[in-house]
Amino acid sequence: MKYQSQKVAYAYFVCAMGLFAIQVLGGLTAGWVYVQPNFLSEVFPFHIIRMLHTNALIVWLLLGFFGATYFLIPEESEREIWSTKLAYLQLAILVVGTLGAVIGYGFKIHGGREFLEQPLWVRLGILVAAVIFLINVSMTVLAGRKTAITGVLLTGLWLLSLLWIFALINPSNLSLDKMYWWFVIHLWVEGTWELVMAAVLAFILLKLTGVDREVIEKWLYVIVATALFTGILGTGHHFYWIGTPGYWQWIGSIFGALEITPFFLMMSFAFVMVWKGRRNHPNKAALLWSLGSATIAFFGAGVWGVLHNMHGVNYYSHGTQITAAHGHLAFYGAYVAINLAIITYAMPILRNREPYNQVLNMASFWLMTGGMAFMTFTLTFAGTIQTHMQRVLGEYYMVVQDDLALFYVMRWVSGIFVVAGALLFIYATFVVRKREVISAGPANPAPTVSQPLPGE
Amino acid sequence: MAEILTKSRARNIFYGGTIFFVVIFVVLTVQSHRYIVNVSTAGMPLTESVIHGKEVWERNSCINCHTLHGEGAYFAPELGNVMTRWGVQDDPEAAYEVMDGWIEAQPSGIEGRRQMPYFELTEEDKRGLAEFLRWANQTRRQDWPPHEAG
Repeated sequence: MKYQSQKVAYAYFVCAMGLFAIQVLGGLTAGWVYVQPNFLSEVFPFHIIRMLHTNALIVWLLLGFFGATYFLIPEESEREIWSTKLAYLQLAILVVGTLGAVIGYGFKIHGGREFLEQPLWVRLGILVAAVIFLINVSMTVLAGRKTAITGVLLTGLWLLSLLWIFALINPSNLSLDKMYWWFVIHLWVEGTWELVMAAVLAFILLKLTGVDREVIEKWLYVIVATALFTGILGTGHHFYWIGTPGYWQWIGSIFGALEITPFFLMMSFAFVMVWKGRRNHPNKAALLWSLGSATIAFFGAGVWGVLHNMHGVNYYSHGTQITAAHGHLAFYGAYVAINLAIITYAMPILRNREPYNQVLNMASFWLMTGGMAFMTFTLTFAGTIQTHMQRVLGEYYMVVQDDLALFYVMRWVSGIFVVAGALLFIYATFVVRKREVISAGPANPAPTVSQPLPGE
Repeated sequence: MAEILTKSRARNIFYGGTIFFVVIFVVLTVQSHRYIVNVSTAGMPLTESVIHGKEVWERNSCINCHTLHGEGAYFAPELGNVMTRWGVQDDPEAAYEVMDGWIEAQPSGIEGRRQMPYFELTEEDKRGLAEFLRWANQTRRQDWPPHEAG
């Protein structure tokens, strides 16, 4: 590791992994409540468990993005982070805010806009942390070499932080509330986060495959251009039934359907780069996660999104288990997996070791991915039945839910696999098993260090 | 292809195109904002009681079990049209009474059935909540949901 300040990323990844464990265990608990509804219903009701599940997810993904940024910025800019002290201060604010929010949820202290339930002081703390972060990385990038990867990454991070302002604005008019709420929710996950994902993916592929930087960066611009060109007006597919004008049905359907494009391009990009690249990098697990992330994001965010985001379909499927199916696979493929990819790539370097625990790490990929895929199928079938019975035939919600019991049992079983995979991943990341340490193969070996090589 | 689409051209398309789509989006947002205030939610005044009801809704995180206009958790019934389902959309007093009866009857304690927790609400809270849901119910939202079932 050439730049010592990259070490900051280690602390971020450790905290992220802790919250990842909380998130999946929360999910498993919530899944069990679907099977056994009386479970914890007095002391720890469903809505509290769900807030833990979603909030822990969002915060750990953001911590992962911040860690990834601190890891790759020094290499791209060819200088140390402007201030490591500020980076640790930022992490401290985020950790205190998160713990404060989580403990508060246990005592039923929370807001009530979905995903933005954090108390006001936590939301303001996140804003302060974001400002510190932006100053820190911008100063680093401005002083150093400017690349497309840092440019796109910073654009994404600046925009997502600006959009956080809408987390502080809550109109009394419910329809206005909903419209501006989507400015955070949609424009994060179907806009700015895609920029972060694409930039991180480009960085990993650059390192693993050794393909020429010019080629990778051109792809990157094309991908993020399609992401924002479709994603910004694609917000319209959330504006069908909340009191917004009817023209959104056309805009949302057209641009929403096109939102599959950046995900298709990212998947193609990952595979084409691996085919083109002749570098034999020993960290095969990082390669598996990168290709896996791009592929699952295409299915989860792309295919499962298009499945129900056109208004004629959405009129019937809106707010059923189909949405839940899409949400789970999209978040897993796009944002969980890309974070696990950069963690898998960076962790051996941060700990100054050769890549290790590759077998366990890869096993965790298949456990988690298999579990998430099965979960998505069960929820999709449940949602299809629900859509027909409730939205076409007009049967009451609770009657329909009783008929879906078997699917919820199967969903919970698939959740066990996901949790097992997640815990295995954490073990494989932090515990070094010496007999698994591997080095580069004989043909075109690449060093495991991560500083720029000639031609990058 | 490689000659026409250089990296710097790709970059310019990205930044230029993004600004173009942001401008369109902002214009449409302004129009939608006006439409919401003047047309789709104008059927019933946004009274103190409705606003208080929204605060009660948020303070108790109802959205993390229920959906409202199809958004939220999928663990409990849709509430955007619950006042129609209860048949009290046009009768504020009856809406309050049904709401009061419902809140006070929780949790049902029935084994194997999803449990709504007991929330300690004042009369003002329950009136507000009923008014808030009536207000949500009257919002014109392109004839969604398809059925009274929500």
